[in-house]
This record gives sequence, structure tokens and C-alpha cells, in this order.
Amino acid sequence: MTKALVSVPKTARRGDIIDIRAMIAHPMETGYRMGPNGVEIPRRIITRFVCTYGGEEVFFAEFFPAVSANPFVSFSLIASASGTVGFEWTDDQGQTESASAEIVVT
Amino acid sequence: MRGLAAGAGVALGSPMVLAQTAPKVVVIGGGFAGASFARAIKREDPQIAVALIEPNAHYTACPLSNAVIAGLRDMEAQHFGYAGIEADGIVHVQQKAIGIDPEQRRVVLTDEVRLSYDRLIVAPGIDMRLDAIPGYDANAAERMPHAWKAGEQTLLLRRQLEAMEDGGLVVISAPANPFRCPPGPYERASLIAHYLKANKPRSKILILDAKEAFSKQRLFEAGWAALYPGMIEWVSLSFGGAVTEVDVATRTLRTEFGDHRAAVANVIPPQRAGAIAALAGVADRTGWCPIDPVTFESRLVPNIHVLGDAVIGGAMPKSAFSANAQAKAGADAVIALLRGRDPSAPKLINTCYSLLAPDYGISIAGVYSPKDGLLAEVEGAGGTSPLDASLAERAEEAAYGEAWFDTITAEAFG
Repeated sequence: MTKALVSVPKTARRGDIIDIRAMIAHPMETGYRMGPNGVEIPRRIITRFVCTYGGEEVFFAEFFPAVSANPFVSFSLIASASGTVGFEWTDDQGQTESASAEIVVT
Repeated sequence: MRGLAAGAGVALGSPMVLAQTAPKVVVIGGGFAGASFARAIKREDPQIAVALIEPNAHYTACPLSNAVIAGLRDMEAQHFGYAGIEADGIVHVQQKAIGIDPEQRRVVLTDEVRLSYDRLIVAPGIDMRLDAIPGYDANAAERMPHAWKAGEQTLLLRRQLEAMEDGGLVVISAPANPFRCPPGPYERASLIAHYLKANKPRSKILILDAKEAFSKQRLFEAGWAALYPGMIEWVSLSFGGAVTEVDVATRTLRTEFGDHRAAVANVIPPQRAGAIAALAGVADRTGWCPIDPVTFESRLVPNIHVLGDAVIGGAMPKSAFSANAQAKAGADAVIALLRGRDPSAPKLINTCYSLLAPDYGISIAGVYSPKDGLLAEVEGAGGTSPLDASLAERAEEAAYGEAWFDTITAEAFG
């Protein structure tokens, strides 16, 4: 896993519905494809995505082989307090990649 | 007069070409597709009466207009008149088609003037979709030019680059496929970098792309690394390349992962077939025109053929070279249909040259033929310039590109 991009508003008013976006560069190799040498390309996918807000899990998603390369997730949260919005992706070998962004809620 | 037009006030040329028995072909649009078609059909069958409806007195060519933006070429070199076409016995009707009556097979020029046809050719090129990116409308295009139709927009972008201070950020936003001239945004970035390197070397170029990959990508990226190291950054769709909104007042381009404030913003929006295609009923919901790949006849309206950038060309890119190739094949097909013969399936060639610098050219070529109702690429034909070509070969390709431009404009307009 190499590069993740996240989008969280820098500021919001308490109670606002805010858009959160997260993308990670990942091949999401299904395990069903043959390589040029006729050998199966091993499966390598992200299986789980978690978003935390102020340390508490607020959103998660399970990914399967049908999810495209560079998976992009967009969802909304309610701005409740200033703090850290954290993102973590876990692949089927247990490797993780994370990103975070701060939000100030007034 | 009677042969081509019902109504008074339009001088349509010599009586000979308008003999009533001659088949009547009307062409809307005097670009590479329309002009090449009119000449090709007239050359092959001089008995056919051909009228070319084009409101402009001259055509402004897009190929090489990126060199105008970069200050390497005069706009005058992009202008081509219709005198040569008229000398061929083609009637240039310098008016705008405002409607089409496919039942009566007539083109509406004004309230009073209608032009009847046996076969109509619609070659309208493209229009920008000024409703596709929130904030990007006709007024915005005056401040953040698209410069994707050569003319005033081209010069506006050039003036903005000339006025920009050293260290400025030039942002180019490229649309998703399909669009006119697939390598065009990247050639433009290259030639702007050429200008900036010499004149404003602290400046940078950011390409925001609504695609994951682009035409001749490896060749462009290798060329950028060699010629303009660190100057051009390309952001793909996944990495936040899709522009979701623009703010004209601050020249800001918004993406899913952040805002980019530009000193000069070149927004190339999504496109559709030129407006007359929709009025004629030959454009579908995509905004482009489905055609039979053998005859280029519209799949939506009989007796109307569509050529050039406006068509759903399958694998064939929207280029002047394609338009010219389609025009010549289309002329054969239309003659066959008018004369009651079976049209034969065409083999079409496209080549796109791109300049990375005045003496550094690359190319891609392809061969296309009808397959499963579309134009499909013939496997094993075509290809791109080698990745490891020498600078001498790049210089040769740049010269080939210019020679191609001279040839194709001579064929269409000379």
C-alpha cells in the first residue's frame, strides 16, 4: 500500500452534515486473473476500511474482489466535536495503512 | 437556383452544377470533415451538386494551435479560406443552418430559405458542455479559457500566459473520454512548459485529469522528464484529478481531494457534437452521433450522414486526420448510395502527431475498420513512436507533423 488521500472539512459548525472522502492507491488484485506467463496472479485486496472520529469508530466497510483498484469511499458524518478523523485500511495479509485529518467544530 | 434552394436571396453558383437531374448533396460544417467530404465527392463524381453550409468566411484549424498558445506560431497560419473549394464547383453558402426537416429532406437556413438534399452530411465538430462543471459557463470561459476550439479562445489563453508572473501555477483540466484530440491536453502542457522554461522558469503546470491514463502517456512522461524536469505534474482521476466545481472569481478548481488556485486556468470541459446535430436529431443521449461504420449514415435519421468529431467513432479518435479519412470513405459510400450501388467497408487510418517542443515530436497511428457496428482497431496495425528514439528521430517526427498539417490543410482547403 502506498498512498492514501482523504478529504475532511477543516471547519464545521456543530450539527453540520459533512462529506468525508477517502481513496487509497491499491491494485485490488482479485486472484482470478492469469499473468502473462499463465500463472495465476495471487489475490491481494483490501478487506476492511474503518473511519474513526475522536477515537470512536463511526464508519466501516468490507471490501471484496469486485471492488475496483484504487477504492474510493464517500460518506457523511455529523460534526459533533473538534478532533481527529482517522482512516485505516487493512489488506488480506494484515498490512495496514492509515491517514488522518483534523476538524475544528464550533 | 431551383435545384438546390427553395426561396430567393441566396446565390448558389453556376446553373450547370444545379441541373435538376443531378443528385444534391448538402454538407453542414466547413471543418476538416465537411470540407474534405465536399471536395472528395465533387472530385469523384462532378455531376453531383454539392453545397457547403458554413457561416464563417474562413476556418481556424485546431491542429498546431497549441503552438500558437505557446507563442511559437502565428494565428494567421491556422486560417484557411474557402476559395479553393469554390473553385472546385462547390457552392459555399455562407450562412448558418438553423434546422433540418428530415421528412422533406431540407435544411433550414433562415425563415424563408430552405435547401433541399438527397443526402445530407452533418459535420459540426464539437461544442463545449458548459453545464457539465458547476461554475463553468460561457462567462467563466472568458476568464478560464478552454481554448479547445481554435480562435479567440486560443489567443486569450496565450495572452493570459504572457501576462502571468514568473512562479505562477498553470492548471489544465482534462476531460474524461471521449473528447476532441485525445493527446491535445498533454501536448498543450508540453508546449506551455516550453514557453515557461524560457520565460518564466519558476512556474509550474498542474494537469487535473478526469481519466486514469491518457494517449501516448509513456512517451509524454518520458519527454517531460527529459525536457521539463519537475515542471509538469499530472493528477489522475483516482488521485483527485476530476474537477467537480470551479470558482471563477478566484480561478480555483475544486476536486474531491482539495482546491487548486491557478494563476492561469485552462479548463477543457466535456464536449458533445456541435449543436446542429441535436437539432437534426442525429445525436443520442450521450450528445454524440451513432452511425453505421460503413456508410457513416446516422442510425437515428435516414439520409443524413455524420462525419468527424461528432460521431461515435468506436476506437477511432476524434482528430483532423480521422475526420479527413472518414470524409473520403463517406464520400465513396454516399456516391454508391446515390448511384444505387453497394457501399464497401472502409479501412481508415489515423495518425496523431504531438509536439513536446518545437523539435521534439511523437506520434500514434491506428487502422480502423467496421466491426460489430462500430469502428474497431485492426490488431497488429499501427503503434506509437519508440520510447527510446533518438533526439534526431524526435526532430524528424516534429517535421513530419508539420508536413502532415500542410498536406491535410491543402487537401481540405488549398
